[in-house]
Amino acid sequence: MLMNRRQFVQWTAASAGVAALNGCATTAGGAAGRVVVVGGGYGGATAAKYIKLWAPNIDVTIVEPNPYFISCPISNLVLGGHVQLKDISLSYEQLQQRGVRIVRDTALAVDAATRTVRLASGAVLSFDRAVVSPGIEFMYDQIPALQDVVNRSRILHAWKAGPETTALRQQLEALPNGGVYVIHIPMAPYRCPPGPYERICQIASYFKEAKPKSKIIVLDANADVVSKKGLFLAAWNGLYKGMIDYRPNSELVDVDVKTMTVKLAFDDVKGDILNIVPPQRAAGIAATSGLITANNRWCGVDWTSCESLAVKGVHVLGDSTLAANAMPKSASMANQQAKVCAAGVIALMQGEAVNTDTMMMNTCYSFVSGDMAMHVASVHRYDAAQKTLLPVAGSGGVSVEASAAEAIYAWGWARNIWADALT
Amino acid sequence: MKIVSALWRCLYLLVGLCLMNSAVQVWSADAQLGNHQSLNHQTPNAQYARSLAATCFTCHGTEGRSVNGVPPSLAGLNKDYLLKQMQDFREGKRPATIMHQHAKGYTNEQLDLIAAYFAAVSPGRAIAAPLAR
Repeated sequence: MLMNRRQFVQWTAASAGVAALNGCATTAGGAAGRVVVVGGGYGGATAAKYIKLWAPNIDVTIVEPNPYFISCPISNLVLGGHVQLKDISLSYEQLQQRGVRIVRDTALAVDAATRTVRLASGAVLSFDRAVVSPGIEFMYDQIPALQDVVNRSRILHAWKAGPETTALRQQLEALPNGGVYVIHIPMAPYRCPPGPYERICQIASYFKEAKPKSKIIVLDANADVVSKKGLFLAAWNGLYKGMIDYRPNSELVDVDVKTMTVKLAFDDVKGDILNIVPPQRAAGIAATSGLITANNRWCGVDWTSCESLAVKGVHVLGDSTLAANAMPKSASMANQQAKVCAAGVIALMQGEAVNTDTMMMNTCYSFVSGDMAMHVASVHRYDAAQKTLLPVAGSGGVSVEASAAEAIYAWGWARNIWADALT
Repeated sequence: MKIVSALWRCLYLLVGLCLMNSAVQVWSADAQLGNHQSLNHQTPNAQYARSLAATCFTCHGTEGRSVNGVPPSLAGLNKDYLLKQMQDFREGKRPATIMHQHAKGYTNEQLDLIAAYFAAVSPGRAIAAPLAR
């Protein structure tokens, strides 16, 4: 590190100040304050890292039940047979080396009045501010047959990367040539808008190579393809011509597991594999902590700091939030929100002004095959009058076409967003 | 001059050893951050510039240091060069898959702050996140 004398003097003085603060921390349990982060996914891990990076003297603890991080982005490529789950399973080790404490446990509720988080093990963690990034849970109450956990072991969602991803891949491998794969897509909003359509491409790429007589039936609750429509249709009508039967406005009523039938409002559809992506809402801790503000599903936040609109001192980010206009539930967005949240948490803990000119961008790549990808991008800016983020006029857009070059960028995106969260 | 710089080095080392572990963390964070933003108390403008540059970190790596250099690292690039690229993306003079769409999302003043931020970061390559064992 190069430094002139003036910088050295400033540095010494400032470091001594930090050391003094930390000296108190060891006795008083965190003079610079303590943050508990619920969830170690794209939102929580990134928020924890940036609080530590930008304010090293704040004590940061993540509560996460999984021993390692598994990436939802890229997980559709596991279904296509192009990567394995272990390739997208990443260690928390470097985040711990940075000074972030990770408690392997499940957070049950955040109590802002006592400033504590209650854990499944019975432990209680105290905080000055909490960050809640719990992701989504499935609304099984809307699909009667799937309230039965045994049925859920046959009819998979694979919408959280992990064991279900591997299990769905095994179902696809066991499928005879000529077998039918049926996917049901819930009404938006749901996690990862282009995800279902990318999954269809990935499974088609596998069928094309290994099971050319097999077919894909897409039952979409939405009136049309939700994201990157032209680009996905180009893949379905080009690379995978004749393999995909797309049926919009397919409202799910129930499934019959014995006969492997999807029951729609006006039709029954049989398949050999049923992949039902249920409707979603903010994960359970959002409700037990009083953070849900919209439609009994999502958490409203102040987008300048991600502080909850319902509970002061608690910040919420990621897929569990009530999205602003044109804001997708994506890893990219969670990453951006995490930095806004980190800066907001630090400013509020240090009694400084919160930046109100919030900017966020989104970049989502989708793979149409093993080595071709395309993107959707957007830039959002906080509007003080409307108190929300709005897309910047003239910015954003989608790829001209899927390409091998964008597949390289998509992998670059993945490796950088992983490092941005976990190193 | 050699003796003077050696003396300074000794002094750094001494102070580094004397400070408590948090200060050592600051030291290492400082080294990683290119020595311009590791300390907590920043001017509002510096924090604003940091918040803008942080929107680029998602794809270009923390502090603009990209894992494997794809997409390219931004850390340590010349400010005028960075500004020119963003202007060229915006105007379609430099072909792009995605950057023209992002460049149009920021004002000139914001781009100026972003370019100055990355120009002040020391260049380097990010370490990839390790696979779980």
